[in-house]
Amino acid sequence: MTDFAGNQTIIEFVYLIASVLFILSLKWLSSPSTARHGVWAGELGMLLAICGTLLHQGIVDYKWIAIALVIGSGIGVPLGLVQMTAVPQRTALSHAFGALCVTLVGSAEFYLRSPDVPGFMMAVLSMEVILGGLTFTGSLMAAGKLQEILPQRPLTYKGQNFVNLLLLVGAIVVAVYLVMNPGAKQFFPVMLGISLVFGVLLVIPIGGADMPTVISLLNSYAGLSAAAMGFVLNSKLLIIAGALDGSSGLILSVIMSKAMNRSFTNVLFGAFGQVQTAATGAQEAKPVRSATAEEAAAILEAANKVVVIPGYGMAVAQAQHKVRELYDVLTRQGVDVRFAIHPVAGRMPGHMNVLLAEADIPYDRLIEMDEINGDLPQTDVALVIGANDVTNPAARNDQSSPIYGMPILDVDKAHTVMVIKRSMSPGFAGIDNPLYYLDKTLMLFGDAKSFVNNIVRELSGVHA
Amino acid sequence: MQSNLIDALFIFILAAFIGFEVIRRVSPLLHTPLMSLTNALDAIAVVGAIILVGEHKSNFATVLGVIAVIAATSNVVGGFLITDRMIKMFKTSRPTKS
Repeated sequence: MTDFAGNQTIIEFVYLIASVLFILSLKWLSSPSTARHGVWAGELGMLLAICGTLLHQGIVDYKWIAIALVIGSGIGVPLGLVQMTAVPQRTALSHAFGALCVTLVGSAEFYLRSPDVPGFMMAVLSMEVILGGLTFTGSLMAAGKLQEILPQRPLTYKGQNFVNLLLLVGAIVVAVYLVMNPGAKQFFPVMLGISLVFGVLLVIPIGGADMPTVISLLNSYAGLSAAAMGFVLNSKLLIIAGALDGSSGLILSVIMSKAMNRSFTNVLFGAFGQVQTAATGAQEAKPVRSATAEEAAAILEAANKVVVIPGYGMAVAQAQHKVRELYDVLTRQGVDVRFAIHPVAGRMPGHMNVLLAEADIPYDRLIEMDEINGDLPQTDVALVIGANDVTNPAARNDQSSPIYGMPILDVDKAHTVMVIKRSMSPGFAGIDNPLYYLDKTLMLFGDAKSFVNNIVRELSGVHA
Repeated sequence: MQSNLIDALFIFILAAFIGFEVIRRVSPLLHTPLMSLTNALDAIAVVGAIILVGEHKSNFATVLGVIAVIAATSNVVGGFLITDRMIKMFKTSRPTKS
């Protein structure tokens, strides 16, 4: 008995150290110079926690633990080695896995303990399973959309919000019933089922451009469900890790919803993607000026300050390495090249930064929206590559525009604007962009990767 | 039981505050690695799943536990691996300036 207590104390101490390491891990992530220490601290904490757990007195059988750990690692390695362009769907998938773990453990705990579950415990357990369930299917849907297995466009129907609300209320009603009658085992699958369906329906109406917010929100739900699991298992470590993850997701969701000018409640209740429908295309064909790679190269060469505005189109075209070549050749010629990063550019928070860093572009050249907007009026050339809505001046001055009020990059204030775009067809959101019709705007029609390549060839050809 | 619950709530609230304060300071540059790292840390849920499997209270619980351990472990391994890969890519231009 004394041995048991001693072991338990050791485990609790190990968990305490792991908790500290987790917090340090996130603290060190604040700057790229210390970020790797952060990863190491996290790894060490995790290793300690898992080893400590294996000392647990109640464990009678190690065989299945070992098998599961090996299989899990086998799945984890390829998931850790995916291409950087596939990071958004990988992240969504890992939210799903995390939520799956929490949901399964919660379900098992219910069946082991029922009917002997105190009211509060049942409430937390219900929260764990509802949040876990909806995060599981919701994240799978998001991953499917990002991987383009599922249609990327938002699927909407009449009364969607009403149906969603009804399901949520239904799940809560069942949960309340279970709190009062924890022996009613037959109702547990009903609650779980509703939350699984709810997760699917929550993400169905969401389009690609809203993905950064959704992924952040699912991140937050995954964290909260893990914290709930911590309450159920009375594990302080789990509560801390879940709270950290939950607050991280929440902060990112708030940043993303601000960057899209959505209220946070609007986002929380899944009212994504409604904006999309209001837009009407430009009926009359307005004149645009287009240019060739040769002309674009000449303008870039004559410039002193160039700001590149990357967007999801750059990621789709896999153009980041060509963009790096452009950056190199211009920098060599004494042109000051920087990159303007909008918070919601791409498909997840920080997506553009990772892609450009992958292409070896130094991170001190990647400038956030608020900082670069002050410099754009003094910029000679703003080169937009695969970004659309985040450069749309209608967000600033056209009250009838569906994206009115959304903070944008003030690209239209640069002396010359160049936009690399496949065609004049309005982008994903179907919102016309007045930027393209300005006198100072040159449209560069073509695939982002090959067009940038052509510009690079022109630039290096002259100076070879 | 009741005091356990209050303790747990205290821990949750304090940890959430620490989370807010620490994560607010993370540069937007690193928001993608932040998400993959918190995801890996969140997979600490594996601890609960390991105990569930090891205690072998029922076959049903063990099966669910094994799947849970697999899912969480893949997050641990994959999450740390990709976070480290991403962070290694972030370089400044300062040392190379001549």
